[in-house]
Amino acid sequence: MLEAANVLDPLEIAEAWLKEGRRVAIATVIETWGSAPRPVGSHLVIDGNGNFQGSVSGGCVEGAVITEAADVIASGAAKILDFGVADETAWRVGLSCGGRIRVLVERVDG
Amino acid sequence: MERTILETLNRARAARRAAVTISDLTGGVRVHLEGDDCPEPWRLAVTSALQSGRAGIVETEQGAFFLNVYVPPPRILVIGAVHISQALARMAPVAGFDMTIIDPRTAFATPERFAEVELIAEWPEDALKERPLDRFTALVAVTHDPKIDDGPIRAALAAGCFYVGALGSRKTHATRVERLRQAGVSDAEIARIRAPIGLDIGAASPAEIAVAILAEIIEALRRRDTGQIQGAIA
Repeated sequence: MLEAANVLDPLEIAEAWLKEGRRVAIATVIETWGSAPRPVGSHLVIDGNGNFQGSVSGGCVEGAVITEAADVIASGAAKILDFGVADETAWRVGLSCGGRIRVLVERVDG
Repeated sequence: MERTILETLNRARAARRAAVTISDLTGGVRVHLEGDDCPEPWRLAVTSALQSGRAGIVETEQGAFFLNVYVPPPRILVIGAVHISQALARMAPVAGFDMTIIDPRTAFATPERFAEVELIAEWPEDALKERPLDRFTALVAVTHDPKIDDGPIRAALAAGCFYVGALGSRKTHATRVERLRQAGVSDAEIARIRAPIGLDIGAASPAEIAVAILAEIIEALRRRDTGQIQGAIA
């Protein structure tokens, strides 16, 4: 019943996905320092196939969060991820805006 | 997070009821709805989160927890498409409020005068059937006409709107109070009506009065009582 869910509301989408039998993880911005693109409390939801809705940044770190969410969905163990300034020489994802964010990724059970 | 927590949260949000989730950062989440009794040690943190609307980490003796806050977007419902309402219609969206104006007098309620906000040229009793009042609605009654103002004022008090303001001098308000008493409204409810309307900043022009009203609404929102309320979500 995805049509019935607000396409811009990650938590409604998460519930709709669960009703379809999909496995779902929710990522939430829990802390920010400096200039952060999305405020504390923002959500990104991810399903078992890597489909996602919502955001925890301006698109800078979503890819990494989605990768980690696959582990969380498989294991059931929540993770806390830290992202800082992009470090291109180390090939790590990061925030070009100079801020830092911390993201909690957890599976929805039941 | 348990699926039932997600479902409770979504139901509360759909019902325009504020909620706080408390996460232990390892996947354990509980949800607290505004108006439900909040157990210690969460009472202070949850109340503060509901009032400020701000999410964040809270340190406790049991460790760190993350409190997320889901507050419905506040809205202002104005009864009366008058000069003050025209000024308020420009300011309210800037301050983050959705705004709707209801006035059955079609000479006042013209789209030309109110391009910025939703405008309904119907009797409040009819218009309110389509959009029920709730705790995150501020009611502003400014027609000066008891036939139009009194009904929605009573409805707003009954619905627990976080703000109920009515235009009129102290004398006008005294006669309004008398009418509401006759209609069976309790003194405690009547005392919730802000009249004369707006913070006392010496406002003179319609635009200045709109500023005074908007400031009073913001104060009522940020300092509202988040304790026991009647009724639960369906």
